[in-house]
Amino acid sequence: MSTAEVTTAAPTRSEARIARSERIRLLLRSPTVIVGAIVVAFWVFCALFPGLVAPHDPIFDNQFPTGLSPEWSHPFGTDTNGRDVFSRVLAGSRNILLIAPAATLLGTVLGTILGLITGYLRGVVDDVMSRFIDAVMSLPLIVTAILIVTAVGKSGNWVVILVIGLIFAPVVSRTVRAAVLQEAELDYVQAARLRGERAPYIMASEILPNVMSPVVVEFTVRLGYAIFTVASLTFIGFGVQPPSPDWAAQINQYWTFVDPYWWMTFFPALAIASLVVAVNLVADGIREVYER
Amino acid sequence: MARYILKRIGLALITLVLLSMIVFAVSTILPGNVGRSVLGPFATQESVDALNEQLGANRSVFVQYQDWASGLVQGDLGTSLTKNVPAWDLLGPALSNSFKLAIVAFLICVPLSILGGIIAGLRYGKATDKSITIAGLSFSAMPEFVTGIFLILVFAVWLGWLPVTAQWEQGAGVATQFKYLLLPAFTLTLVLFGYIARITRASMIEALDSDYARTAHLKGLPASVVVRRHVLRNALLPTIAVVAVQIGYLVGGLVVVEVLFNYQGIGSLIYEAARQKDLPLLTAGVLVVGIVYLTVTLVADLLYAVLNPRIRFGSTE
Repeated sequence: MSTAEVTTAAPTRSEARIARSERIRLLLRSPTVIVGAIVVAFWVFCALFPGLVAPHDPIFDNQFPTGLSPEWSHPFGTDTNGRDVFSRVLAGSRNILLIAPAATLLGTVLGTILGLITGYLRGVVDDVMSRFIDAVMSLPLIVTAILIVTAVGKSGNWVVILVIGLIFAPVVSRTVRAAVLQEAELDYVQAARLRGERAPYIMASEILPNVMSPVVVEFTVRLGYAIFTVASLTFIGFGVQPPSPDWAAQINQYWTFVDPYWWMTFFPALAIASLVVAVNLVADGIREVYER
Repeated sequence: MARYILKRIGLALITLVLLSMIVFAVSTILPGNVGRSVLGPFATQESVDALNEQLGANRSVFVQYQDWASGLVQGDLGTSLTKNVPAWDLLGPALSNSFKLAIVAFLICVPLSILGGIIAGLRYGKATDKSITIAGLSFSAMPEFVTGIFLILVFAVWLGWLPVTAQWEQGAGVATQFKYLLLPAFTLTLVLFGYIARITRASMIEALDSDYARTAHLKGLPASVVVRRHVLRNALLPTIAVVAVQIGYLVGGLVVVEVLFNYQGIGSLIYEAARQKDLPLLTAGVLVVGIVYLTVTLVADLLYAVLNPRIRFGSTE
């Protein structure tokens, strides 16, 4: 390793540490971020330990009379299969909190790689890829997802993760590419190039650490979209399948009975709303702190 | 200006060709065996072969694409497997229904969101601004079916003011149709509100803080005139670009909203085609959605260029 790297890398690293603690301090000062984080933490806890929080079994049919409206012993009522809706709502965060982050992670990793390549190599590779990305992005997320799920012929957690991850990749790559374009002009990249470092090394070890902020922001923002999309896909029957207590699957199953059995869809819908809003409040806070 | 327009149209055409390739690739290559994937694992080999023969799926991928694409150029989108009619016969009416819903949604959404953004921008940092921003963020974060269910519960089930579905009886007048479209349109509005209001707010804040606004202030113009004549004109320009992007998004939102409200538009047609594994109809529907999006963004870009003096009089870049 040459001395050039030591002198350019060392200050960046300690600066990064100061920046990080400063960001965390700013994040903790925002009431909306704290409220969002508490709600997200609650649902993560429920996803990890459904047995601890749910008073009744969320899956077995006919434990109770069917279609009871909310009352003391069943605060969210019971569904037409004789299950306690309260228990099902508490147990229902599991699938979405598994699928959405996994899909977002996949999309962010692929998108970052794609963004590094297109932004650093530029030229023909960039032009061709950009046109392809334009084409993919001219379709709404959910439409592309429906097309792929139907073409593959089966649905399931892994299919949904793969599909959403693949669709996110071009979107993430856009943002990363823009950041890489700026970084590639800077001296440390030129220095690395002059030392004769190869392109993959420069992209991974020199540029990547310096474009991490947009990547982090992109991940949190995409996570909100992923929850949105997974829930929507499940609602129209292309995602998680019953008898899973997944919120959107519950709504898919019961929304035709919304009148008069409103509690079977209302409480799962409220749960989805609380999770997506919370994730977005946190994401928005992170975005603001990173982009200041 | 002319060069800009030509370049922009050229790019849209290239994107369209690539889109058709991607859509074709996904619907033809991904299933492996189209006939098997449509008919399922229990169909006999003969019926699978027969369907592949009928669809022409036993030919090479390139021949198939060539055939499909030359049909597209001549306006032939393929034939629906389940209904056995040209896909366009189903897509055309569905598309016009969706347009109807989209127009009602836009008529409610755009003025409301711009107004929200302007108020938030004028009250920057105050409680009004914060509540508009957080409400917008929350509504745009929620999936359409969640907002839709809340609206159905409140306005249709509990208050009984509006119908639960968007299916009116045949021959209903414009006023009745509007009433049926109100809930789905409002669902779409709530989702879009946050995005549009946010951009309007940001550009309001920027314009209010600008040198020309300060100059106008200092030369003694009343605040309302400064806002109307100097700030709004500049602040609304970026909003146009965002509105256009949201139209593309709106089409995606239509799928879920149309399914939720049982409305016969392009979204529910795509949904039905997917449920019944009608791949030719699904492919055609998806492509039509892409074409609508590309056209709308193209028109918006050109409109933006016409309205923006920097592009109108400037260089092509």
